[in-house]
Amino acid sequence: MKNPLAIIGRIILSALAELGKLSSFAFHVLSHSVRPPIYWRLIGQQMWLIGYNSLPVVGMTALFTGAALAQQIFTGGSRFNAESVVPGVVVIAIVRELGPVLGGLMVAGRVSSAMAAELGTMRVTEQIDALVTLSTDPFKYLIVPRVFAAVVTLPLLVLVANVLGVFGGFLIGTERLGLNAGSYIQVTIDFLQAVDVYSSMVKAGVFGFFIALMGSYHGYYSSGGAQGVGKATTNAVVSAFIAILITNLIITVIVFGGVNG
Amino acid sequence: MTSPMIDIQNISKSFDHKTVLSGVNLSVEKGQSLVIIGGSGSGKSVTLKCVLGLLRPDSGSILVCGEDITKIGIGNRKRVLKKIGMLFQGAALFDSIPVWENVAFGLIQGLGLKKADAKEIAIEKLRRVGLSPDVGELSPSELSGGMQKRVGLARAIASEPEIIFFDEPTTGLDPIMADVINDLIVECVQDLGATTLTITHDMASARKIADRIAMLYHGKIIWEGDKADIDRSGNDYVEQFIHGSAHGPIQMDLLKT
Repeated sequence: MKNPLAIIGRIILSALAELGKLSSFAFHVLSHSVRPPIYWRLIGQQMWLIGYNSLPVVGMTALFTGAALAQQIFTGGSRFNAESVVPGVVVIAIVRELGPVLGGLMVAGRVSSAMAAELGTMRVTEQIDALVTLSTDPFKYLIVPRVFAAVVTLPLLVLVANVLGVFGGFLIGTERLGLNAGSYIQVTIDFLQAVDVYSSMVKAGVFGFFIALMGSYHGYYSSGGAQGVGKATTNAVVSAFIAILITNLIITVIVFGGVNG
Repeated sequence: MTSPMIDIQNISKSFDHKTVLSGVNLSVEKGQSLVIIGGSGSGKSVTLKCVLGLLRPDSGSILVCGEDITKIGIGNRKRVLKKIGMLFQGAALFDSIPVWENVAFGLIQGLGLKKADAKEIAIEKLRRVGLSPDVGELSPSELSGGMQKRVGLARAIASEPEIIFFDEPTTGLDPIMADVINDLIVECVQDLGATTLTITHDMASARKIADRIAMLYHGKIIWEGDKADIDRSGNDYVEQFIHGSAHGPIQMDLLKT
């Protein structure tokens, strides 16, 4: 039996080493993204892949979650005769938390994995080395477009998710729970503040950054053939999830921690 | 006397305490073709990656066109890489773009040519390696191994580089296709007057492509000489390798019981 402290120490050291490598990778991405050449065509292509193709899954998630949420709040609220809070709570919950977080997680599942698999395969088949020999910087050509596209696209996706989430609540509220459509919309608008929307968009942008960063990082450094690519894919999704959940909490505490309401 | 195009000076490289290269010296004169032979794990690929700047050796220096690739900045490295073409072992074609764009890639991205002009050159280079223009519209995954190699060769020569590297150019091909590739390599290199560095374990290929041959074993150059001299090297290791014998001084790291 080995010394347990040594094991803990080794785990912490390797975790810190990984974090350091990731940070320097992120710094590399950022520094490359402000220097030419910038591949606009590839950015557009990635925006299409990340954004448009994620619309169905993100939209559905938001719609159904908003609907379920409205039902639960109605059921819970009816105990205190507070059914009228449904629109307000739905819109706050969706825009502040569920829209960006669920949207981010869904896109991470789709996109981080795809990026890791694609870049990982390019790594193990020497396509990334080939790029270098053709005087093309793999960071600029492969990674910056992905990160840039994700940062720009995620807020748009989350905007759609927010609207559909609220709409899901609206559907259940008016069609099933008997709430008045006009006042539902009015309460929704009254409750929603500009800061809710801003924070939602900021979260989405940050999540987009981590989704593309984790996908690219794990793919770029993958090794060891098919198994390595498989591992990279899993690690990309898991680490993107963790990054999203942690940064979400941080942003929530910073933006809403001090205020009442 | 001009200085050599590629001058590898005393490079060493280890990974996690495992020494892969220890004090390798090699030089390739302008217009010359050097083939490095050696078994699996002898350090051939690592040598090539060091010369390309994909790996940094622990010590020593590598001069390519007079510039030390191990100490060079990004801007200068790009300038050196523009003079270099490379044929990868698995061809390493980009599977997200059609064949002609693969061939034209260095012209468009590296040299900044217009797409239409680059396509014209790409189709010309495809013809050079015996592929018809309609192959250019296919995706790399639709090609056979031999065709992929030829596209890889077309891509390597597209920008008419001064130096070309070949990584196991015949591996994974049938003997006839291997010979076709060897012939193409010889022809293309002669057309361009390029300096080449090849790593291979295929002796037939080495004999065809090389002007000079060097043998790498356990991270050291154990023999170097003109192609004509390889059959009278007087070196047991070389003898064993070129005859492909399991018996001799080179012992494979098999499980010894």
